[in-house]
Amino acid sequence: MEDLTKRFGGVVAADGVSLALPAGELHAIIGPNGAGKSTLIGQLTGEVAPDSGRIRFDGQEITNLPVYQRSQLGLARSFQVTTLFPDFTALDNVALSVQAHSGHSFHFWRNAQSEAELREPAQMALARVGLSERAATPVADLSHGERRQLEIAMALAGRPRMLLLDEPMAGMGPEESARLVELLRALKGGITVMLIEHDIDAVFALADRISVLVYGRIIATGDPAAIRADHAVREAYLGEGGADG
Amino acid sequence: MSPAPKAAVKTGWSIGPVTPRVGLNIAVIATLAVVPAYAALTGNAFALTLFTRVVILAIAALSLNLIMGFGGMVSFGHAAYLGIGGYAVGILAKEGIGSGFVQWPIAVAAAALYALIVGALSLRTRGVYFIMITLAFAQMIYYVAIGLDRYGGDDGLTIYHRSSFGGLIDLSNRTVFYYFCFGLLLVGIYLVWRIVNSRFGMVIRGARSNERRMRAIGFPTFRYQLVCFVIAGAMCGLAGALLANHTDFISPAMMHWTRSGDLIVMVVLGGMQAMFGPLIGALTFLVLEEGLSRLTEYSNLILGPLLLVVAISIHGGIDGLITGQRGG
Repeated sequence: MEDLTKRFGGVVAADGVSLALPAGELHAIIGPNGAGKSTLIGQLTGEVAPDSGRIRFDGQEITNLPVYQRSQLGLARSFQVTTLFPDFTALDNVALSVQAHSGHSFHFWRNAQSEAELREPAQMALARVGLSERAATPVADLSHGERRQLEIAMALAGRPRMLLLDEPMAGMGPEESARLVELLRALKGGITVMLIEHDIDAVFALADRISVLVYGRIIATGDPAAIRADHAVREAYLGEGGADG
Repeated sequence: MSPAPKAAVKTGWSIGPVTPRVGLNIAVIATLAVVPAYAALTGNAFALTLFTRVVILAIAALSLNLIMGFGGMVSFGHAAYLGIGGYAVGILAKEGIGSGFVQWPIAVAAAALYALIVGALSLRTRGVYFIMITLAFAQMIYYVAIGLDRYGGDDGLTIYHRSSFGGLIDLSNRTVFYYFCFGLLLVGIYLVWRIVNSRFGMVIRGARSNERRMRAIGFPTFRYQLVCFVIAGAMCGLAGALLANHTDFISPAMMHWTRSGDLIVMVVLGGMQAMFGPLIGALTFLVLEEGLSRLTEYSNLILGPLLLVVAISIHGGIDGLITGQRGG
């Protein structure tokens, strides 16, 4: 069972946020810019230390664990601003992610780039996001949308139990977005997903439940229909977001 | 030295696809291989001395390239390892322990231990702080050496007998010593090549490229960087042991901070992340230094700006210039 609770106090970016995600749920977080969505992800992954509150993952207290240990437990993320290894090829990027989850890396002799144990799962992750043909391309030569896809492939390659996706569709073309929606739909039920996204259509199409975050507080949590009907939400967020959607 | 024409000649009779880089590397190795013969034929003993120095400092630069070029850890105290390796040999020799089987492992172990301590502290910081801490430690070792009155203090210490290997190899034969160092350099390059392309190497390179992402995908980067730091330190300690045997002399000057700067210049000049970059950088640097010092006593006034121009104008050093990959 996945069980994630978090409470903060005194931090403007996250003001007493509490949330529990059951295993397999796709939970979307929406809210205006500056609502503290990325701060929330940062605290879940361990990059930002909370002033108070606790985080539990799968029953285990992880509040004080460093970033890499949370990743080892199966908590993977994608970054809002693309964060890749620019000197490496797309496949190398994903293979490194696979390597992170296949034991320690104190192997000094064998050529890592010819290890099928790393390359094959990496190829599969690339295929899932539709980047197979770009495997040998250096990241520097990938388009913006392709880099966004690679972000997802890297998060998936570690076989996570929970995915934290920070605006994965930002900067993607309509075709790439549609593909990602399909991918997330396929993942639903198997992996717990926390999706932070501005693309309201995608959010409402995918999410089991939605939380609305405004000024560091969750003002509403519920299924898509309930959120759509919620008065406070319409006022705080959907009113402005719905205009161009 | 004119590397480009040589490389072109080599590509003429190549079997496989020989790139300019491979051509240059082959040319450099071929040149180094015939140095003793050249020295013997022309009676130019100094050439052998100079090129022995080139080969030894290339090993030091190679170790620096591992952490700086591939790992992004700019150590500004790398000469300290040369000093520690050298002093290990010198102090043991003075105390009557002349066996290389004792001296060299101690030289390597002492340098590795020092690297472990410096790395454990400095790798918690980044950027300028990292550079300053590695420099501060090196300065400390430098002044410790000055304070070692029994071992010559500021004046240094003459080593009367080179490390002995029980008749296995005679290091006091200059040609033998040269080929021994040359062989170690080639082994070192091969080792670094293996390391850099291994899983461990991928972690090191990944951490240089994007440390935040490395942690996010689950790597405890610190311990890998620390191990890499220790490997480089040990390798440079060995270079120090060689250097002490080469000059038959140790002094604090071998770990002066400008020496650390020279090593950085060699790596940058040759081309960071290029397998043969440190060798090409050491060769170019030391030959230029030697040549210019014969022309004028103000050789540094020429060498300094020249290196500055190289650093600014060609990214990737000589390797980048040859391959054209990182030029501009």
